[in-house]
Amino acid sequence: MKLKTVLIASALAIVAGCSGGSAPPATEGAGGAARAGGGGTQINGAGATFPYPIYSKWFSEYNKLHPNVQINYQSLGSGAGIRQLTSRTVFFGASDQPMKDDQLQAAPGRILHFPTVLGAVVPIYNLPEVSQQLKFTGPLIADIVLGKVKKWNDPAIAKLNPGVKLPATDLTLVHRSEGSGTTFIFADYLGKVSDEFKKTVGVDASLKWPVGVGGKGNEGVSGLVQQTPGSVGYVELVYALQNKITVGSVQNSAGTFVVPSVASVTAAAAGAAANMPADFRVSITNAPGADAYPIASFTWVLLYEDPQDKAQAAMMKEFMRWALTDGQKMAPELGYASLPPQVVDMEMKALEQLKVQ
Amino acid sequence: MTRNHWRRAVSHVIIVLCGLSVVIALIPLALVLFYVVAQGITSLNLSFFTEMPKPVGEVGGGMANAIVGSIIVTLLGAMFAIPIGIMSGVYAAEYTGTRMASAVRFAADTLNGVPSIVIGVFIYSIAVLPVRRFSALAGGLALGVMMIPLIMRTTEELLLLVPATLREGALALGATRARAVFTVVVPAALPGILTGILLALARIAGETAPLLFTALNNRFFSTDVRQPISTLTVQVFIYATAPYRDWHRQAWAGALVLVTMVLICSLLARVATARMEKLHRG
Amino acid sequence: MFSRSPNVRTDEVLFRAVTGAFAILLIGIVAAIGLALISESRLSIAQFGWSFWQTDVWDPVAGEFGARPFIWGTLYSSVLALLISTPIALGIAIFISELAPASLKRPLVFLTELLAAIPSIVYGLWGIFVLVPAVRQLQIATPDWLRGVPLFSGPPLGVGMLSAALILAIMVIPFSSSVAREVLKAVPQSQREGAYALGATRWEAIRMALFYARTGIVGAIMLGFGRALGETMAVTMVIGNNPQISASLYAPQYTMAAVLANEFAEATNDLYLHALVEIGMVLFIMTLIINVISRMFIWSMGRQTRPRRALAHAPARSAA
Repeated sequence: MKLKTVLIASALAIVAGCSGGSAPPATEGAGGAARAGGGGTQINGAGATFPYPIYSKWFSEYNKLHPNVQINYQSLGSGAGIRQLTSRTVFFGASDQPMKDDQLQAAPGRILHFPTVLGAVVPIYNLPEVSQQLKFTGPLIADIVLGKVKKWNDPAIAKLNPGVKLPATDLTLVHRSEGSGTTFIFADYLGKVSDEFKKTVGVDASLKWPVGVGGKGNEGVSGLVQQTPGSVGYVELVYALQNKITVGSVQNSAGTFVVPSVASVTAAAAGAAANMPADFRVSITNAPGADAYPIASFTWVLLYEDPQDKAQAAMMKEFMRWALTDGQKMAPELGYASLPPQVVDMEMKALEQLKVQ
Repeated sequence: MTRNHWRRAVSHVIIVLCGLSVVIALIPLALVLFYVVAQGITSLNLSFFTEMPKPVGEVGGGMANAIVGSIIVTLLGAMFAIPIGIMSGVYAAEYTGTRMASAVRFAADTLNGVPSIVIGVFIYSIAVLPVRRFSALAGGLALGVMMIPLIMRTTEELLLLVPATLREGALALGATRARAVFTVVVPAALPGILTGILLALARIAGETAPLLFTALNNRFFSTDVRQPISTLTVQVFIYATAPYRDWHRQAWAGALVLVTMVLICSLLARVATARMEKLHRG
Repeated sequence: MFSRSPNVRTDEVLFRAVTGAFAILLIGIVAAIGLALISESRLSIAQFGWSFWQTDVWDPVAGEFGARPFIWGTLYSSVLALLISTPIALGIAIFISELAPASLKRPLVFLTELLAAIPSIVYGLWGIFVLVPAVRQLQIATPDWLRGVPLFSGPPLGVGMLSAALILAIMVIPFSSSVAREVLKAVPQSQREGAYALGATRWEAIRMALFYARTGIVGAIMLGFGRALGETMAVTMVIGNNPQISASLYAPQYTMAAVLANEFAEATNDLYLHALVEIGMVLFIMTLIINVISRMFIWSMGRQTRPRRALAHAPARSAA
């Protein structure tokens, strides 16, 4: 009896100590206004895995500059980001696919899109016997996804890569198992270059894949491709760079085979800056330009125009300012392209819409 | 071959097969433990236990927040489950034979069989969505719900094993029902109950699925139960499914810490069980 | 704590009420889970009805949800796991309860329970980095004539039904075997002695004990089945996550628990969410039925013989 009392009492004491520092619960947390361990404020966000490498760097660096602001971002996928934001279980979301009109309607408040960086979705493959960089075209990739190309020595691949000795290995597609903005960017491009893809598979974050294996997140797809010889997948550029996975080049609308890189992504965004809509929802896949990489995209942070926690809103606004200026400098070394200056200007003005009191 | 020889030969073959099956079952156990130890031990340094995760691309960092987080949610779960488990176990033991007791037993067995992912979904809908936050509390609640049937069944079985003479003696001396039960019967079964609790703790400390949509995860160190919290199991899951070698290394280390924690609890429980069996037999 | 009151009846009533309240709470929690599952899946049930379980198309974009591939994957992987684990689990149970010398019994019991104690995420981690590459090698080494058989067709990915079944089997073995062991222990020694007296060999005596305990053994196997049905983490890390129905052991497939884990956090519209919860609800019902039946078997066998084992810990958790 005594032992039980002691156990229960000490457990209660521990929990009391843990939650002792928190503020009184908000009726709706939108991520919670309670203090994190250390006396700071914790802002919770969730969303795309596409920008996760740079977001994790940003939040870490920003926390070093402002130790009382802890931004906890979980890369669950763009779909999860939108859903959790709509349910208000997180303060901000992140997505590579702009929210659709019906999704915006369904949200309890007006949601604003803020582009943060530009990235590329790149084809990665695992073919140890081939040392040259393989060339792909949009239609070829579409056929691979549709299941028409089953082996690596298929004539369609050989035609684009003369002089390369392609093995007779089975070709396995690795795609995302969950709803993903990366998938959306990928599908958005393929839909533009292949009508059959658009009709059969469709363009969205979650697709009905005719073939292939599912990996969770950009991380999962990279991992699977790394471990499976004969596989081909699509990930954000930085995942390929950091894990030294072989990347293919893709033919753009001008006919050039472009290698994905910060430069070619910047070229893709050049045209978009001039025609940026006010809500920043735009697609730059298959962009015109001789050096443009065709599967490039913005990625967005999603915020409520009128969030319930104004303190967090103010902190988030400051963070966004930092991300749009100092943060941009960190983008290239991680394989992302920084935003065109005109877009940054537009965003700084748009940030004013965020109600912080 | 005479019939007798044949029968004996068959018997020997079966015996060998049974021994073989033991060996076969132990092979994966050995392999798993071997890999976890071999891959994880080199990464178990001080920084692993004291540092937070580093951003993608930076080598190093640790799982300090995850280890503390796991302890916190497990304790929260225990706090929720122990009173409910023990009290309902007491009820089922004291009123065994009634319809209500059978109902409780059935409910406990049902709860025991619910897949942990379903419990995670349930707790999300009642403890995350309505209050609009992921929290360590919700994670603790999910783990607690899973612990309740384990504690309840152990309590009930052990109370039923306490000789009736003990309770009757207490009642004969004029104690109330409550006093008899809580000051005489329960203490007699207490060591076993505590062992059961220890085993239940060990079991749920290794759970991942119920935490995915409840406690979520947290990159920072946090002891605030109303915020998302990092846990060892979820962190190992995230690291294991990522493509970064450094994260894989840390995943193995995390798995090693997890297995060690669970092993220690199980060992303690075994030792306690053995001691108690000696007591009962004597 | 409780002061002596002149009226024993109130004490009795109070005691019953307080402990009863907790008991009702437990029942309430289970009922709440069932109700929540039903209520959160009503949209999907209303829209699709039975065709939900008869169609194969899982298309969140178009709003078409057919969950047959998930039931297939769950049943296929669990049945395979059962086929692999049952002989081994029984072998262990027989060895420990009938054949092992007393000094070996305790360590062997400890070791098999160690198998059960390892968290499923650790099995998943080991699965990704050790089992899957090994299975991939096995797949690559499969001779071409065997590849033609539908059971072994498909590219050598490593992830797939075979890896999932193997990991499930490993995780199920300790559950089935520990229950089978308890069941065999409950067979009265007199039965065995009778058999030996009649000149039975070791195996024949064991066979007789197995026959005597057959309902309990079936219950033990079903308990393992229930465990396999609900397993989430280890399976989702090695099964390939592809909602297709395929007889091939090498093909990546999907289970009900795995799709819940992967897609729940992001179901962006209500119908999607309700479809997923419907899957969860059916999983709940399936495991419920299996557990009830298995316990009925075990308990009916236990009724043939008393006493109840001291310190028999509650039959193990069903899933992780």
